[in-house]
Amino acid sequence: MKIFRMLGRSIRDAFKSVFRNFSLSLASISCITITLIIVAVSMVASYNVEHFSKVIQKDVTMVVFLNNEITQEEIDDLSEKINSLDNIETCDFKSKEQSKEEMMSESDVFEGIMGTWNEEDNPLKDSFLIKVKDINHIKDTADTIKSLEKVDVVNYGEEMVGNLISAFKAVEKISVIAVVALIVVTVFLIINTIKLTIFSRKREISIMRLVGASNFTIKTPFIVEGMVLGLIGSIIPVLIVIYGYTLLFDHFDGVLYSSLIQMVNPQPFVYLVSILVIIIGMLVGMIGSASAVRKYLKV
Amino acid sequence: MDLIRIKDVKKQYKNGVTAISDLNLAIKKGDFAFIIGGSGSGKSTLIKMLYREEKPTAGEIIVGGINVAKLRNKKVYKLRRKLGIVFQDYRLLPKLNVYENVAFALEVLGAKKDEIRVKTLKAIELVGLKAKIHNYPDQLSGGEQQRVAIARAIVNEPKLLICDEPTGNLDPERSMEIVKILEEINQTCKTTIIMATHDRDIVNKMQKRVLVLKDGRLVKDYEKGTYHNEDI
Ligand SMILES: Nc1ncnc2c1ncn2[C@@H]1O[C@H](COP(=O)(O)OP(=O)(O)OP(=O)(O)O)[C@@H](O)[C@H]1O
Ligand SMILES: [Mg+2]
Repeated sequence: MKIFRMLGRSIRDAFKSVFRNFSLSLASISCITITLIIVAVSMVASYNVEHFSKVIQKDVTMVVFLNNEITQEEIDDLSEKINSLDNIETCDFKSKEQSKEEMMSESDVFEGIMGTWNEEDNPLKDSFLIKVKDINHIKDTADTIKSLEKVDVVNYGEEMVGNLISAFKAVEKISVIAVVALIVVTVFLIINTIKLTIFSRKREISIMRLVGASNFTIKTPFIVEGMVLGLIGSIIPVLIVIYGYTLLFDHFDGVLYSSLIQMVNPQPFVYLVSILVIIIGMLVGMIGSASAVRKYLKV
Repeated sequence: MDLIRIKDVKKQYKNGVTAISDLNLAIKKGDFAFIIGGSGSGKSTLIKMLYREEKPTAGEIIVGGINVAKLRNKKVYKLRRKLGIVFQDYRLLPKLNVYENVAFALEVLGAKKDEIRVKTLKAIELVGLKAKIHNYPDQLSGGEQQRVAIARAIVNEPKLLICDEPTGNLDPERSMEIVKILEEINQTCKTTIIMATHDRDIVNKMQKRVLVLKDGRLVKDYEKGTYHNEDI
């Protein structure tokens, strides 16, 4: 087919041109490489954060200890109030007797001490065990509950993890900004590279026009060249993702900090990220070369 | 049948210079016509309008059924595929050898490899450069380079071959060789040929149609003409 012959020619020309002007191409390629490394790292990090946020979400329980003077009526009232909050997944009541039984069954020492307590002596408190829908808002939810009447203490033991997550989110935001800035710089570098290629091939282009090459034929090699730059620029980032992440995963046994923070399994994760990185690289290259062609290769 | 019809054409450049005015002209299929005239008389301008490098300011130009004046930029390639163009300065690609330079014109049209090979070899043979097929332009004489340019112009078998002073850089002997090749193309391939030139000897020897331009106007149109000094 004619279109494939033309495309094959374009691809061959593009590779030739990249290597003929390698010092020129190198600037664009390096910039794409750096950008894509940051894109890749951010993608891996944010996907991991997403992943263990979900795990933690399932696991984090907020414990609401109630005032000792609370009556059954007030407990029912409070339960209703808590359940009506937005972020509540489940809310279960646990009486101080239940807590006592639970603790006694867990250890002989506790059994010895607690066995002597009667109902009035029991220093434990009635409590609600709450699971939230969105861990990111756990602090707000805890604060709201704390402000309710007859609530003594609200604990959500994994506060630390929550902080970690918000720290990750902040990093994620910063890296998004950095990536956008880098992509802009990269696009400009590619525009410049393609512009110089266009100028260096002015004679060839004018002869192509003379003998009746269509605009598509004249423009495609330059657009493909931008994509080739993107493709070459994504080689190192892809290697970093595939080998780097796998090594990291193996090194930490897939678990960071505490067993709650589980890393995403490298397979097939690294390949998906790699494909995305390549697509982004080629897209950025295409955007750069297409705008150079529009600007400097007037019909 | 007219291959080219020019009606009331006027060309004024952006800087205000009027290069062609009131031009009416028809050229038949298979014709061989010289365009002569002094420097600045509008020969190149007329030729540029034929291959739509320039657009006429007014009037109508039909080339092989295509209304060139109305042709949109995006469609110019359709016209260019129907004609071959040769310049004084050859315009070869220095990094390609003779074969590649000629084949280039077919490759960029997406022709098949076999077709490219057959047509390219035929064109190179026609201009008598078979022996130097692997030479690069800087390994060829001016006359040979011009023959490569002619081969490239005819490789796609155009109906019309336009030449703007193809012999302008060549000595009389080489010039005559080039014109002989053009005549052969005209006769064997039935290609219509239009050639702008200053070369008195060539015009006188060939006895072809002669169009004389003066200050952008067609002042004489001889059927089997010679170069009259008083016309210029
Ligand atoms: N691109 C242009 N812009 C403005 N004026 C132009 C342009 N090209 C040619 N001219 C003017 O138009 C007139 C005709 O020029 P043209 O090149 O057609 O002459 P010519 O007959 O080919 O001359 P020569 O024999 O020297 O090649 C001249 O006055 C020239 O200065
Ligand atoms: Mg001229």
